Amino acid sequence: MDIDRLIFTFFNAEVAKQYLPQVLEGAWVTILLGLAVIGAGLAGGLLLAFLRSFRIRALNFFIVGFVDIMRALPPLVLIILFYYALPSIGLSLSAFAATWLALALVLAAFSEEIFWAGIASLPYGQVEASRSTGMSHTQTMIYIVLPQACKMMIAPLTNRVIATVKGTAYGSVAALNEILNQATSATSFAGNPTPLTLGAIGYLLIFIPVVVAGRMVEKRYGNARKRV
Amino acid sequence: MEPTFLQTFLNVDIMKEVGPYILNGLLTTLKLSALVIPLGLASGLLLALLGFVANNRLVRALLVVYIDFFRAFPPLVLLMFIYTGFPYLGIELTALQAVALGFMLNNSSYFGEIFRAGLESVPHGQFEAARSTGLSAWQTLVHIAIPQAVRNVAPDLVSNMIEVVKLTTIASVVALPEMLYAARTAQSMLYNPTPIVFAAGVYLALLWPFVILLGRLEKRQRLRMGASF
Repeated sequence: MDIDRLIFTFFNAEVAKQYLPQVLEGAWVTILLGLAVIGAGLAGGLLLAFLRSFRIRALNFFIVGFVDIMRALPPLVLIILFYYALPSIGLSLSAFAATWLALALVLAAFSEEIFWAGIASLPYGQVEASRSTGMSHTQTMIYIVLPQACKMMIAPLTNRVIATVKGTAYGSVAALNEILNQATSATSFAGNPTPLTLGAIGYLLIFIPVVVAGRMVEKRYGNARKRV
Repeated sequence: MEPTFLQTFLNVDIMKEVGPYILNGLLTTLKLSALVIPLGLASGLLLALLGFVANNRLVRALLVVYIDFFRAFPPLVLLMFIYTGFPYLGIELTALQAVALGFMLNNSSYFGEIFRAGLESVPHGQFEAARSTGLSAWQTLVHIAIPQAVRNVAPDLVSNMIEVVKLTTIASVVALPEMLYAARTAQSMLYNPTPIVFAAGVYLALLWPFVILLGRLEKRQRLRMGASF
């Protein structure tokens, strides 16, 4: 294949210069959305795992049900459900809100499982011992269980966060002006796919450091690698 | 008259009308999964074996770069890059070809990483013992190492297969008529969200049993490692 043609097509400097601001605008949306998803998702997952640790049968039934449903439904289906179906009952979410809500729910479910596995990984004697010193259940969780469980959870949590935040690209289906959407519309304007290259580079710049950090964390704290 | 909640979201008439259409999409989803999962498993195993057998640091480093690159690349972005970018080079791919290629690049890195972890989890003594009984290096891999590796990472493999089936929904973006695409088409023709709710229900019915199976596998692994529940 002609190398000049390859460069002209995918690495066209003129097109890149013209559309870089638009792709950068998308990068902001992607980063903001990603951070909002991580914050809400991890907080939600921790809260659910904490509630589950009380072992109230009726409550756990609902928590496990929620987690299983969110693990079984494709996130893209959730986003489309929230964005295209909810308005039919007068609940209109913006593209940002719909994507955020869907991804945060998914991350909450997956991270609940990871937090729970971490809590369960400790010998139950630890809980009994700290309860017998007079600590409440909440204190036991905060001071005894979670700090020790942290080591187990950090690698799978990193992997799951990466996998979920990559899903911000699904927002483009709801016309959210994040990186992918900006890049594809710029590509059709320019008649040249260089903006897509810019978009891809943008994603790689955001995610490669996280993936590499995840690999280092994993090396240090042991294995639990999944797509998750 | 205002339509009720049920008429909007679970309209029985609409379900009857679009049911066959969406189930047709389900068939495409299943076929697509039956294509990309084995492809991903095979290419991932190949990558892992390559890294495991190679005594060459360069080969191993290149594999890590490959795996990290595609773990950082959102699959939907990869698919759009292949599907809308390649034609500018005169390479026209059908939606199915683009999806197959994108999935193979993405899946080989995920499955490759899982198999690598599995192979590394097999104790070294197993290899020495197998070789000392007269098995060849190849026989040791096939009969001793790979079966144990697969057992050790079974939950991860199942989890990733579920993820791949869920990921086939992105094929709808390039107009491959899988279930989500069928549901969205039906929704926009009928101005009613029932088809999407219906499709979500089918995904749930399809994948929930596997999620429960995965939960059991994970729990069993957790207990084997000394967890209390």
